[in-house]
Amino acid sequence: MESSLAISRGAKRAPIAWRHVRDQVGLYGAAILLALWTLAPIYLIALSAFSTKAGVSAWPKSLLPTNFSTDTMQFFINSKGVLQSVGNSVVVALLTIAASLLLGAPGGYALARFRFKGKQTIQLSFLISKMFPTAILSVPLAVTFLQLGLYDTVWGVALIHTAMALPFVILLTAGIFVGVPRDLEEAAQTLGCTRMQAFVRVVLPLALPALAAAAIFTFVISWNEVFAATIITLQHRTLPAQVLSSLNDSPLYYRFAGGFFMIVPALIFIFLIRKYLLNMWGSVVR
Amino acid sequence: MAGIKFDSVRRVFGKTVASNDVSLEIKDGEFMVLLGPSGCGKTTLLRCLAGLERVDGGRIYIGDRDVTDLAPRDRKLAMVFQSYAVFPHLTVFDNIAFGLKMQGRPKDEIKRRVQEGAELLQLQDYLARYPAQLSGGQRQRVAVARGIVMQAQVLLMDEPLSNLDALLRLQMRAELKRLHAEIKATTIYVTHDQVEALSLGDRIAVMKSGRIVQCDVPMNIYDDPASVFVGGFIGTPPMNFLKGVVSAEGAPQVVVGESRIAPTPAQTPALAARRGQPILLGIRPENLAFASSAQRNTLRGHVVVVEPLGSHKLLTMQVSGETIKVSVPPDQSVASGNDVWLHFDADKIRWMDAGSGDTIH
Repeated sequence: MESSLAISRGAKRAPIAWRHVRDQVGLYGAAILLALWTLAPIYLIALSAFSTKAGVSAWPKSLLPTNFSTDTMQFFINSKGVLQSVGNSVVVALLTIAASLLLGAPGGYALARFRFKGKQTIQLSFLISKMFPTAILSVPLAVTFLQLGLYDTVWGVALIHTAMALPFVILLTAGIFVGVPRDLEEAAQTLGCTRMQAFVRVVLPLALPALAAAAIFTFVISWNEVFAATIITLQHRTLPAQVLSSLNDSPLYYRFAGGFFMIVPALIFIFLIRKYLLNMWGSVVR
Repeated sequence: MAGIKFDSVRRVFGKTVASNDVSLEIKDGEFMVLLGPSGCGKTTLLRCLAGLERVDGGRIYIGDRDVTDLAPRDRKLAMVFQSYAVFPHLTVFDNIAFGLKMQGRPKDEIKRRVQEGAELLQLQDYLARYPAQLSGGQRQRVAVARGIVMQAQVLLMDEPLSNLDALLRLQMRAELKRLHAEIKATTIYVTHDQVEALSLGDRIAVMKSGRIVQCDVPMNIYDDPASVFVGGFIGTPPMNFLKGVVSAEGAPQVVVGESRIAPTPAQTPALAARRGQPILLGIRPENLAFASSAQRNTLRGHVVVVEPLGSHKLLTMQVSGETIKVSVPPDQSVASGNDVWLHFDADKIRWMDAGSGDTIH
């Protein structure tokens, strides 16, 4: 009775091969749509960034690179303050990575390995810094930084970026260290390692790819952050702050070139770490 | 010489007492099995010895060294983990060599000892591979080899076979026994599998709720369990228990259903002290046999299920309202629904206190 029911139900369905094709078409169709949604703006920005200055405001617009030129990009890169701000951005990002990993990774390790009182509360409180909009914090921060002599320095910006990245870094590294079985560390200890040696020889090599991904993630956070960087710097702007502050009184092609220039590093890094980002989320869920 | 001594070792997790003042002495070169159901504290005890868990009270000695407050690396022991804990980023060679490298041994000595260890566990052909390229059984061998090359005086194993499939487990079990005979390290082996315990142990310490309830050689544990818990935990199927009452008058006898069981002379005084009280009769399934008629020490039983298992038939039976297991020879003719007489020798009976479950001697 039951088997005949199954057969009749099967017969009503489309044949297996056709169903497979249909599912695949649906899946890839959805994926392509989603990709287009994000890629189209990037493509349009790239198109304008690599056309002649006149081509940027030409109408109707060609969707193909018909008037390819590096004039616009050259103009942008040679503009006053741009190269210096790129340098500032890189320095700030590197400082942010160093500080947030040095502070965050031990925190993540502690959350992953130890049971202690108030663990839940501490874990939640890491996110409190995310509760306040930077706009509200900016004025008191600017005042404090002025008093401390951190105003308008890369150190000051890196400090703020570290504060912004830390919650993510702690939670991400906690996920990473949870993914490295405790047994391995204990086995290393019974085989003659101190706690520290066990960490360096066993945990670190296994966590390194994911930690590198966390570092790049931090880089992207810092590279893209604009608000705090704009408020607490004047002369030593990072790239987004530089672009933002000159946005209103610059020609359209400058904006496109600036936009493209800022997208590219983020794109490259995400591409490099895509595998580890998936790993990371996976191990956090686990 | 490296005997081991636990002296009132206590470990508490929150409200759970994982190790309740456990004292145990293990002789040099002995193979001691810690056996018990999950959560009985056997792994905690092992981890306390390894230094991976601190103790809340008591002392632990290896040889005559008090190791209670030493770091794991200073205790000079090797441990095999249930999960194998083989380092995935190192080759088999580097895994086995790990501890020797940490000791800063010269390169040629490391190479020689890794080779020896690999040979002992038939891993010579896999030294260049990574753990991901090995089967579960091979990874297990790597974990054992890694511990053995340390030539530690004490070898700890935490359920090392529980992740293997049944056939492999059978092979490895015999291999571990051969290995112990060869290296003669004092070994503590944690398991919840009573067959493993009987097969491997020089002695078995049966644990329950953070305490050792019986510690003896395997056959004594099997034949003479200290309590209903031990009898019911060891043996496949475990010991049967029937409720009875000691007769109030005359020579002490135990009334089970409609039968009267006479104890051996050695058991008589203990039973005489319990006239009129309830008591438990413990008997192993293989110590019951069919009898043609009612006689001394027989019980009336009703066959419910017959399971032919090749080497014997396993019967599920009802005796005076209780379910018991009986093991009979494979050629015994029996069918479900039969009513039969079951006979046993009085000296195979173990009497237990009906309240505490402790064996009466």
